[in-house]
Amino acid sequence: MKVKYVLTAGVALGVLSGALASSAPALAADEIKIGDINSYTRLPAHTVPYRRGAILAIEEINKAGGVLGKKLVFVSRDDQGKPGEAVKVAEELRSRDKVALVSGSLFSHIGLALASWAKQRKTLYLAAEPLADALVWAKGNNYTFRLRPSTYMQAAMLAAEAAKRKDAKRWATIAPNYAYGKDAVAAFQKVLKKLRPDVTFVGSQWPGLFKIDAGAEVQALAAMKPDAIYNVTFGSDLAKFVREGRTRGLFKGKLIVGLLTGEPEYIDPLKDEAPVGWLVTGYPWQDIDTPAHKKFLAAYQARWNDYPRIGSIVGYNTMLAIQAMLKKAGSTDTDKMVAAMKGLSFDAPTGPITFRAVDHQSTMGAYVGWTVLKDGKGTMERWQYLDGANYLPSVEETKKLRKQ
Amino acid sequence: MTALLEVDRLSKAFGGVRAVQDVSFAVNPGELLALIGPNGAGKTTCFNMLMGQIRPDHGAILLKGRDIAGLPPHRIWRLGVGRTFQITATFSSMTVRENVQMALISHRNAGRRLWRPAAGTETAQADALLDRVGMAEQGDRACSVLAYGDLKRVELAIALANDPDLLLMDEPTAGMAPRERIELMRLADEIVAERKIGVLFTEHDMDVVFAHAHRIMVLNRGELIAEGTPEAVRANEQVREIYLGSSVEAGQA
Amino acid sequence: MGEFIVTLLTGLSSAAALFLVASGLSIIFGVTRIVNFAHGSFYMLGAYIGVTAVTAVGGGAVGFWVAILLAAVAVGLIGVAMEILLLRRIYRAPELFQLIATFGVILVIQDVTLWIWGSEDLVGPRAPGFTGAVTILGQRLPEYDLVLIAVSPLVLAGLWLLFNRTRWGTLVRAATLDRQMVSALGVNQRWLFTGVLFLGSALAGLGGAIQLPKGGADLLMDFNIIAAAFVVVVVGGMGSIGGAFLAAILIGLLQTFGIQIFPNSTLILMFLVMAVVLIFRPWGLLGKPEIPGHGVVEAPEAPLRPAGRGLRLAGALVLAVLLLLPVAHLAVPAAVDDFLLVLVIDIMIFVLFAAALHFIMGPGGMVSFGHAAFFGGGAYAAALLVKFAEAPMEIAFWAAPAGAALLAILFGWFCVRLTGVYFAMLTLAFAQIAWSIVFQWGEVTGGDDGILGTWPSDWASSRIAYYYMTVGFVVAGLLALRRMLFAPFGYTLRAGRDSPLRAAAIGIDIKRHQWIAFTISGAFAGLAGALFVYSKGSVFPTEMEIARSFDALLMVLLGGVHSLTGPIVGATALTWLNDLFSELSYWRFLLGATIIALVLLLPDGLAGLGDTWLARRLGLAAPASGSGANGQETPA
Ligand SMILES: Nc1ncnc2c1ncn2[C@@H]1O[C@H](COP(=O)(O)OP(=O)(O)O)[C@@H](O)[C@H]1O
Ligand SMILES: [Mg+2]
Repeated sequence: MKVKYVLTAGVALGVLSGALASSAPALAADEIKIGDINSYTRLPAHTVPYRRGAILAIEEINKAGGVLGKKLVFVSRDDQGKPGEAVKVAEELRSRDKVALVSGSLFSHIGLALASWAKQRKTLYLAAEPLADALVWAKGNNYTFRLRPSTYMQAAMLAAEAAKRKDAKRWATIAPNYAYGKDAVAAFQKVLKKLRPDVTFVGSQWPGLFKIDAGAEVQALAAMKPDAIYNVTFGSDLAKFVREGRTRGLFKGKLIVGLLTGEPEYIDPLKDEAPVGWLVTGYPWQDIDTPAHKKFLAAYQARWNDYPRIGSIVGYNTMLAIQAMLKKAGSTDTDKMVAAMKGLSFDAPTGPITFRAVDHQSTMGAYVGWTVLKDGKGTMERWQYLDGANYLPSVEETKKLRKQ
Repeated sequence: MTALLEVDRLSKAFGGVRAVQDVSFAVNPGELLALIGPNGAGKTTCFNMLMGQIRPDHGAILLKGRDIAGLPPHRIWRLGVGRTFQITATFSSMTVRENVQMALISHRNAGRRLWRPAAGTETAQADALLDRVGMAEQGDRACSVLAYGDLKRVELAIALANDPDLLLMDEPTAGMAPRERIELMRLADEIVAERKIGVLFTEHDMDVVFAHAHRIMVLNRGELIAEGTPEAVRANEQVREIYLGSSVEAGQA
Repeated sequence: MGEFIVTLLTGLSSAAALFLVASGLSIIFGVTRIVNFAHGSFYMLGAYIGVTAVTAVGGGAVGFWVAILLAAVAVGLIGVAMEILLLRRIYRAPELFQLIATFGVILVIQDVTLWIWGSEDLVGPRAPGFTGAVTILGQRLPEYDLVLIAVSPLVLAGLWLLFNRTRWGTLVRAATLDRQMVSALGVNQRWLFTGVLFLGSALAGLGGAIQLPKGGADLLMDFNIIAAAFVVVVVGGMGSIGGAFLAAILIGLLQTFGIQIFPNSTLILMFLVMAVVLIFRPWGLLGKPEIPGHGVVEAPEAPLRPAGRGLRLAGALVLAVLLLLPVAHLAVPAAVDDFLLVLVIDIMIFVLFAAALHFIMGPGGMVSFGHAAFFGGGAYAAALLVKFAEAPMEIAFWAAPAGAALLAILFGWFCVRLTGVYFAMLTLAFAQIAWSIVFQWGEVTGGDDGILGTWPSDWASSRIAYYYMTVGFVVAGLLALRRMLFAPFGYTLRAGRDSPLRAAAIGIDIKRHQWIAFTISGAFAGLAGALFVYSKGSVFPTEMEIARSFDALLMVLLGGVHSLTGPIVGATALTWLNDLFSELSYWRFLLGATIIALVLLLPDGLAGLGDTWLARRLGLAAPASGSGANGQETPA
């Protein structure tokens, strides 16, 4: 009996000392550490391209001599898809790795958790991919910035294009049953209604995220007899929805609008079954022929022997933003970095980007176009790059949204 | 004198098996009443209904004039019924003493106390009960390591803890050596005499039954077929038939 | 009319995969009594192997079906491997201990799948000859739906024949009814079990492969199907294949029609059905009441002893280290950094959570699969008070245990009527209902965007202050739980667990006591939730998810269920291992493999370390005590 307890205590002590031993702080004076947190095990298909883009940028920056005479070091960690874990990792990055700032994340709720943490710990957080509007508006704070165009921006871009189709009057929507889906539908409805007071929304379907019962959802949508459908599903839900909808003839003669559907992460797995003729936001990486993007594309393919996804370009741009910010701030002092982030402008492969001072949202835009099938793969045609700046609310409106 | 327990047309069927059918009887204070019958006669089912482990299909069970049919066991226990089981039921993660303590603590309505440790409470009382059943030396042993006969005695100590008016013993001596049987039944006799409680017991050993029971009831296929003094039951033709003569003869010997 | 018919057929077809997976789960449970959480992983493997097999065999009209069957057989063999290498070695371990092993298998399979097939979703191949649609009264229905509708009854008929017309099947049925009887008949149980694992796993694999034309293979399939499969098994009645069939159809139809009437109902519907069924038919639609004493007869637990010198010493030592850690941090920040304090805070919170669960699991013998409802529910109670009343920490903090206790009173009232696996499943159902309410009710709870800004008051906001606060609450909580364990109430709980029959026959109202214990346990889980929400500054529905419940379950089982030391050691080890491994890319594989290794080496949990052969070898532990006749539970 006693032995048991002694051993137990031994284990406990062992754990403590083990944790002690593993805390070996290495703080070299000639490097700046960037703490990266993302859902690498939960959603690897989306986050691994992000990390590759980021690493490519870091390597390029360091090859060119680094920033402020120091090398950038990318300390990348997994959050297991759990906000509590993300906050713990952030604490570890901040206190053990002594990172200058934290960046990354894909899930909105994790982004929000990190934002709240950043405010409490007075640490700069550059959210890369989370789309939640609340991140910079309702729950925005002084230390949190976001790069990727938000749910609202992308939905607004699609609504503006969809509004041009006068024949689409009865709209139905389908979106995963969680905050992103709800925001995406609400934003689309709001903007479309403003542009086209004559449209009606006849119904919404809310399948559980990655748990779609596609046959049933398609039946329900068909029963509404809409002229047009706004789709927010993605990933495995999208694949099932597209297949079922096509077999059951749901899409025939209807305008279908798909948020994010054109992003390689989502359209590529569909292969030759990719939807055709949908109005989508996406990333037609093959066809973007600006010199800056061509250079990025070549470098990315050379480094990773793979083509970039939307995550790759976001990761790349995130590191460019950090580089520009550090140059402007001239220091890794948090207050100086935050001040530098406000209104920061830099050039990215996708075009010039500015972080608005009013809400810390970047003006990075999105590619909007129509899906086609080319060589047995889905991609986009008749696309254009829409600058995010044109789809953000005015400064006055934003101030109201951002009640600090 | 009013009966301690009055049972009126008690019945229970399991699917098609009519385990107990219209059984009526009474137990008086100070009486040692045996319920005998071949295996599967319905004795245990009867006990289970008396103490609420099984809800009767119909029939009344009056304990000191109050109908207790269908009450849960813990309520019936609080009305003064104790019981031992054919297959012993004790708390295997506790010591012998703790098993008895539990019953005593529950009897004092202290089972929901969250703070004071249980270890010190009711120890003297528990030891007294254990002494009574001859288990005083084994109080500190874990119940899970006891021999079967010893477990039966612990069960008796537990069953006596609430000072019951009615004690139900389902084959109390099964698994015991002959010497132990005699001791245990002598103890039962004493308790009945001392406290004037009613005891209803089942038993396969006819020596034990005819030596100790004041009255005997015979159950066969769920029906009560005979009831009376040991002599009367011994003389009953039907009973002889069921027991093929042998057991009863043996009991006579 | 056409719409109705097509919707009906759609519902029937979506029941097919569910039925296949659930029937396999049910068969495995019925015979081996193992709650196989890895069953969802087998379903996922069926899909991945199916994709590969179709490519390899070639997708011709025959090739496709050959490939599907190949996938099923391959998964069946993986099930056999799991049985022979792992489960077979731990059948004698306490009930539900096998759960942990299957957790480990889930983690391992996740990483192995990722490693073999990569991270991108695979779209399923289509079935040759069934790619189009048929038109029924003007409505289109995919042809493949008709195939799926036909598959379930065919499989059901096949299983019926197998179980009623073959000797092996008869044995399986007998074993489902009474395992001891079969071993008494001299049947080689091992091969019976191996065969059952093959059949059950192959059915899961078939389910995964056969749904390919409707979907595909992705890495989240395992968790997405497992909850649904359990719901079907429980609603149908555990061990009943006919029941699984009925329940799969019931749930398939309810989902399909439910989606049209309440588009928002997708998350909650299934669990509502399960809760209602369990409340009114505790053994499911076609299930039979559990025969008590049916499973393995567990070795009895040793009697409680007051803390000996060793335990006191160890406790004092750990406490001293805990109290001195911040001092060390201030003295040598290089060695004892800030993050170590963060880690210890995390560990302490989970220690309290696990200890709360242990309170009902160990002494009470009630295994809850839904304790996150109280951890997260408590956290939400505090966060809501902050959000809507701007309550300071000193007030909102207490809302957590109070709110969790209220929730536990409500859930417990229903749950304590059930026992064993049914109790566990009902707690899971309630936890899922609570989760979906929090998830869905965005206006109040913020939905999955959670509630932010729950930071401590100024006096507690420094790391060291919050550290001491956490250590204080957790140590006090543990002492209180221990105190209750040694008090009469704790004894009555163990009494009810050891022998419900005897406990009732000495006047203990077991259900009432279990209800009280459930409430106490909920309150302490809520207290842990309070510490959590103020240490993270935010709360999200993730804290109420199944995965969080399983975290606690794993900690208790891995630590050892027989003493309070178990959850303490289990929570410490798991939280620490998790942190240690999570820096590595294949951390799930490592964690899973570690768990499996621990299960094999330490069948009594980590806290049973002292009783292992190693300790005995070294002459450290007493030899195993003798056996006695006990543990029977029929009122005979
Ligand atoms: N729980 C039960 N379910 C079904 N049948 C039962 C149950 N308990 C007892 N029986 C049946 O009822 C009859 C009486 O059993 P029992 O009361 O145990 O007899 P005894 O104690 O006289 O040997 C037997 O036929 C037995 O099989
Ligand atoms: Mg009997």
